[in-house]
Amino acid sequence: MSDYRLEMRGVVKTFPGVKALDHAQLKLRPGTVHALMGENGAGKSTLMKCMFGIYHMDEGEMFYEGEPVKINGPLDALNKGIAMVHQELQPIPERSIGENIYVGRYPVKRFGPVVTIDHEKMYEDAAKVLEEVHLDFNPRAKLGSLSVSQMQLVEIAKAVSADCKVLILDEPTSSLTAREVEALFTIVNELRGKGVSIVYISHKMDEILRISDEVTIMRDGQYIGTWEAKSLTTDFIITKMVGRELSNLYPQRQNVPGEVVFEVEDFTSINPKSFRHVSFNVRKGEILGVAGLVGAQRTELMEGLFGLRCHDTGKITYKGEELKINQPKQAIDNGIAMLTEDRRATGILGVLSIADNVSIASLKQYLIGGIMLDDKKIEQLVQDNVAKLSIKTPSSKTLIQSLSGGNQQKVLISRWLANDPEVFILDEPTRGIDVGAKYEIYCIIAELARQGKSVIMISSEMGELIGMSDRVMVMCDGRVTGFIDGKEANQENIMALATQFE
Amino acid sequence: MDKKLGVKSVTKFLSNNAIIILIFLLAVFTASWTWWTRGQNTFLTFGNFSNLVVNMSPRFIIACGVSGCLITKGTDLSAGRQVGLAACLAAMLLQQLDYSARMLPWLPDIPWGVAMLIVMAIMALFGAVNGCVVAFLKVPPFIATLGMQTIVYGLCSIITGNQPMGGYKDTYRGVASGRLRDFAIGDMKPFDPIPGVREIPYLAIFAVIVGIFFWFLYNKTRHGKYMYAIGGNESAAQVAGVNVAATLIRIYILAAVMYGLGGFLVGAKAGGASTATGFGYELEAIAACTIGGVSTNGGVGKVSGILVGVLVFEALKICLQFLGVDPAYTFVAQGLVIIIAVALDLRKYLAKK
Repeated sequence: MSDYRLEMRGVVKTFPGVKALDHAQLKLRPGTVHALMGENGAGKSTLMKCMFGIYHMDEGEMFYEGEPVKINGPLDALNKGIAMVHQELQPIPERSIGENIYVGRYPVKRFGPVVTIDHEKMYEDAAKVLEEVHLDFNPRAKLGSLSVSQMQLVEIAKAVSADCKVLILDEPTSSLTAREVEALFTIVNELRGKGVSIVYISHKMDEILRISDEVTIMRDGQYIGTWEAKSLTTDFIITKMVGRELSNLYPQRQNVPGEVVFEVEDFTSINPKSFRHVSFNVRKGEILGVAGLVGAQRTELMEGLFGLRCHDTGKITYKGEELKINQPKQAIDNGIAMLTEDRRATGILGVLSIADNVSIASLKQYLIGGIMLDDKKIEQLVQDNVAKLSIKTPSSKTLIQSLSGGNQQKVLISRWLANDPEVFILDEPTRGIDVGAKYEIYCIIAELARQGKSVIMISSEMGELIGMSDRVMVMCDGRVTGFIDGKEANQENIMALATQFE
Repeated sequence: MDKKLGVKSVTKFLSNNAIIILIFLLAVFTASWTWWTRGQNTFLTFGNFSNLVVNMSPRFIIACGVSGCLITKGTDLSAGRQVGLAACLAAMLLQQLDYSARMLPWLPDIPWGVAMLIVMAIMALFGAVNGCVVAFLKVPPFIATLGMQTIVYGLCSIITGNQPMGGYKDTYRGVASGRLRDFAIGDMKPFDPIPGVREIPYLAIFAVIVGIFFWFLYNKTRHGKYMYAIGGNESAAQVAGVNVAATLIRIYILAAVMYGLGGFLVGAKAGGASTATGFGYELEAIAACTIGGVSTNGGVGKVSGILVGVLVFEALKICLQFLGVDPAYTFVAQGLVIIIAVALDLRKYLAKK
């Protein structure tokens, strides 16, 4: 009999343009909480998706209770006793809580050849499961009636209901309040007591050190090592995660913030739960970091400023002139650029070439006779940017979707540079980008500020906010709760403001 | 390593072009079969080739029209009925003045060129409605144009009173039957002495002009780039400042204008028009685009591909006809080709997990 409940060895997984996993491994003991750590893009989620059968590994082996296994898909994984709570929820909000818990494995009644769903049993079971994880919800209520964090807890109940031996929690606390986190930890402890092996993915050091027994660290898709949690310190973990000393993480910035150029006053969404009464300003050559928890409505605010979302009241001024922004085109014409949070969904034009992706926002500048596009000029623009931002691509005709995340991001930055905007809104500019490329993106941001551009940068990575911002604006639940000078910002004072709920 | 790559790329080429290769093989087979059974070459003849070109031309024009809708992840199910309406409108405008059953007896003599522009302009209105419904009301194109299909058919029945029309002026019929040798400026026939060129049908010229126009539009203008951007990722295009609504409306208007032109030519070719004209053309056009590599996932599609798609479809019809296959079976074969083409197309884009 093996010491391990589950073992993964030599896992390799390649996506077009990226080696997401490079001989990664993981060994889970029964009845332990095993933290899996690493930067964004280190391959934690990918490894877990391989374990759960969402991805097929290109190479590698998996052993379950000492026996080699092959997982053919999520349903297969669930049947084998492996359950997963995803980082991104996949709820069906229009259906009931009970149905969401039992989707795909409904209890059934048989009348000869006719099989129907046993709703009574489903709701009874669901009620029991909810009780087990101390949730007081009616299983017949629509899932959509819950808040995001409540849905996350239902998702955990779903995993528990599968009577699993291995439970994967992928950033389960990212949208939970402190009280909900305590509730979650109680559940986790109970499950551990029952002998369940729990993989716990999180960025929050204090949680990791508190809840976990063992810690495995990954970097750039590779296995770095496994340690006992008791023996670890935050500094040690960060050093292992990043692979270099913290001090070299961010470039030396030479920007000098000047006069206030961009001002927002009393900006309020048409949606009462979203951003409200937001006022702030940005100086010329300043990097304003925007901090907040998930659900703080930072993205919504920025999308509102860029004309992607409607606002009710509010005034936006640039150099004293009021701007009317109801759609992105108006924002762009007024010298505002925005890198959106979800690069794949709202950034890249995947099936189009690098050249098309770079030039799409500035085609007006390359017309001959007002009609025909000047391909030579466009090619020149692309080549200039490829050189300037050191974009690694075989040619300008390459499809953007075949590039790595970092290079895609650089292409998107080039798109805006071609317009020569004055205000840059960057929403999670380094999400899903590997460490090396991150540093390059930081250098580009620092350079923008040095040239006198105003930069607004949303980030959920504390280090990035503290390391890159001249000033940090903190939001909580749709409101701005305070500003902190970049030099004085630290994890504690940011978190204090970010959790200032009304 | 190189050899392995070679095998891989050959299989990739085969699977990417499977339909085209199949039709090519079918054509080769048809040619040999007819030659063998009939003792002479009846398939690979100038007349047959010319027939193929004449059949392809209006369909290519219609397919070019619908391609913009497909590239932006939409569709236009009203294409065929719009073609029918256009043919009927052209018929009403271009009947002989002394034809007894003239639909509009009060109408003066209109040159065919003017009539063509009038038809295209009227059809543009239907395109504008389609475009606005899709762009502003956000009705899925499938539904919006399904509704329009029925509306157009109804309107067509109303204005024609369900009467088939004929009695066209010779000049209108000449647009379809004419060849460059007929082209005259006064008494001069500049193309008549040139062998080969003199046999080029007028219809092919229309198709070539439309093809060049669309190639230019798709590759060299902002409209084209915006269209591909919307098809590739509509939200991202919007973030990049593309006026999505305006671009979509332009696409649907242009599509309808092409159905107008296509219908005008189809009518001229048939020498008559009725409410049944153009039936099923939308599906043929969509099928041709898809076979030619216009991706149903949006953002991808070339004019050259559309041409190949139309060629494949028409070649299939002619081959089966020459092989003496019952027309009923021909429909089955066409249907299979459509499904296989889309299945193969999707295989190229399915994310590998």
